Amino acid sequence: MSLLEVEALTVRFPGVTAVDGLSFDLDKGRVLGLVGESGCGKSVTSLAVMGLLRDAETEGGIRFDGQDLLAGRPKAVRRLRGDRLAMIFQDPLSSLNPYYPVGFQIAEAYKAHRRAGRAAARAVVVRMLERVGIPEAERRARDYPHQFSGGMRQRVMIAMALCLEPELIIADEPTTALDVTVQAQILALLDELRTEYGTAVLLITHDLGVVAGMADEVLVMREGREVERGEVMELFDRPREPYTRRLLAAVPRVDRPVPDRLPVEDS
Amino acid sequence: MIVYLVKRLAAAAAILLVVCALTFAIFYLAPDDPAQKACGKACTPERIEEIRGQLGLDRPVPEQFARYLEGIVAGRSYGGVQCPFPCLGFSFQTNVPVQELLVSRLPVSASIAVGAAALWLLTGVSAGVLAALTKGSWWDRAAMAAALGGISVPIYLTALVLQYVLVVVLGVLPYPRAVGLLEDPVVWLQSMLMPWVALAALYAGMYARLSRTEVIGALGQNFVRTARAKGLPEATVVRRHALRPALTPIVTVFGMDLGALLGGALITESVFGLPGVGKLAADAINSSDQPVIIGVTLFAAGFIVVANVVVDLLYAVLDPRIRLGAA
Repeated sequence: MSLLEVEALTVRFPGVTAVDGLSFDLDKGRVLGLVGESGCGKSVTSLAVMGLLRDAETEGGIRFDGQDLLAGRPKAVRRLRGDRLAMIFQDPLSSLNPYYPVGFQIAEAYKAHRRAGRAAARAVVVRMLERVGIPEAERRARDYPHQFSGGMRQRVMIAMALCLEPELIIADEPTTALDVTVQAQILALLDELRTEYGTAVLLITHDLGVVAGMADEVLVMREGREVERGEVMELFDRPREPYTRRLLAAVPRVDRPVPDRLPVEDS
Repeated sequence: MIVYLVKRLAAAAAILLVVCALTFAIFYLAPDDPAQKACGKACTPERIEEIRGQLGLDRPVPEQFARYLEGIVAGRSYGGVQCPFPCLGFSFQTNVPVQELLVSRLPVSASIAVGAAALWLLTGVSAGVLAALTKGSWWDRAAMAAALGGISVPIYLTALVLQYVLVVVLGVLPYPRAVGLLEDPVVWLQSMLMPWVALAALYAGMYARLSRTEVIGALGQNFVRTARAKGLPEATVVRRHALRPALTPIVTVFGMDLGALLGGALITESVFGLPGVGKLAADAINSSDQPVIIGVTLFAAGFIVVANVVVDLLYAVLDPRIRLGAA
């Protein structure tokens, strides 16, 4: 049994079908990259798995460790959220509440699922902030999100997501809002931590470079459906579908001349 | 934080000075001659000149303004009559310093303003928050329709209808009277109920709509999604992560509204015949008692400026981004 099983997932918003019969599964400790252009339904898929969609009609099945997330009792599903499956969002500034110190926001995640006093939660916060590479963690825990740089804020988000050692992390464009050097640091950190904790990762990105560096498997999405799925190196070396080939060709490379035009769809 | 405080206080002082200059200009440019007013009907031109001299009206305008300011900060005399600090002018019609009139009227205005504010804050904000949380429901629609009604109906109409129904037809309340809270709490409460409801109907409507918009906006924030992703109970998500940012702007509006009302609710006080600062202004306008009109203007402006400073400070307490200098 896989850790996460998504079966014929369909998500409809009024007037638009964002995800259309998508199926995939993810084993413990593995990294699945969900890639595709903007609007292809990858973020909606991740929000559906987290049960964070509002005003949407969802069909199909999402099972986490055998537990049905779509049909399950809301309270039981909420208990899984943050504890056994956690999420890292794209824009760390808007994803952190500007009104509370970051330490409070991490402690809040921890205390939502574990019986812990102030001191115990505080110790977890400091340990996690240190672990994600924030210097002077004890003091910085009292600072507010706007007092951190973009990369540091994403480190805070990662600390928050990992403080309960979840089995699955959904990272939705975790580096898109960051500049390139910081992107690399954050990806390295994420990779290091998921190896350390044995966490499975559902990595959502439009950046194929990110996928190549971190994922075991890739699922290419377009218009809410699966285009192609495979082991990362195999798919990059021998893409079967024209869309995947075009997606790969769209990535500018320093070792090749820039083509005048992208390949035209041959279907 | 200290820099922020100093900046706000300096700005407040500057605004008050500008208001002083403007109200003084109105006084100086107004067609009515205060000396004529003070002199009465049977008055000779010589007597008017004499009074002008006593009141300092024959002096150059900058000197008169300087004395006006001096009166506010240190007190002065008008033709031998002492007008102690903070002298906001002298009513030549009633022969009383304006600030004495204001101080005697303030308790009524404050009773009306504070009671009404408590009422509209409680009803308006809770109706708005509930409407936001049940967006699209029958409650949301009913509350917003009622809010629109409250905003649309002019306050003099609400006040008159309330008075007609509750006092004249049903006889459940007496006509409002100006009684101190400590003097007779029951009559005080009976007298204040209608003004409170009349004012609160208007403001509660505005606050309900404002709260609804703010809460809906806050619920759509990314950090609220993060809070849900942590697995927090929905009640905690709403209370801690949506309401706090949503209600911060309401504090600003509330401070300003309360400040403005403390400077007198002109229509409400006039309709119910309650002798507050607003009624004082209305009466002064009717009898062209310029110093009182100007004094009330300055007094009301003072309340608004002070309310503004208090709100700014409160905002810094509520929002760490302001307190710690960002954004």
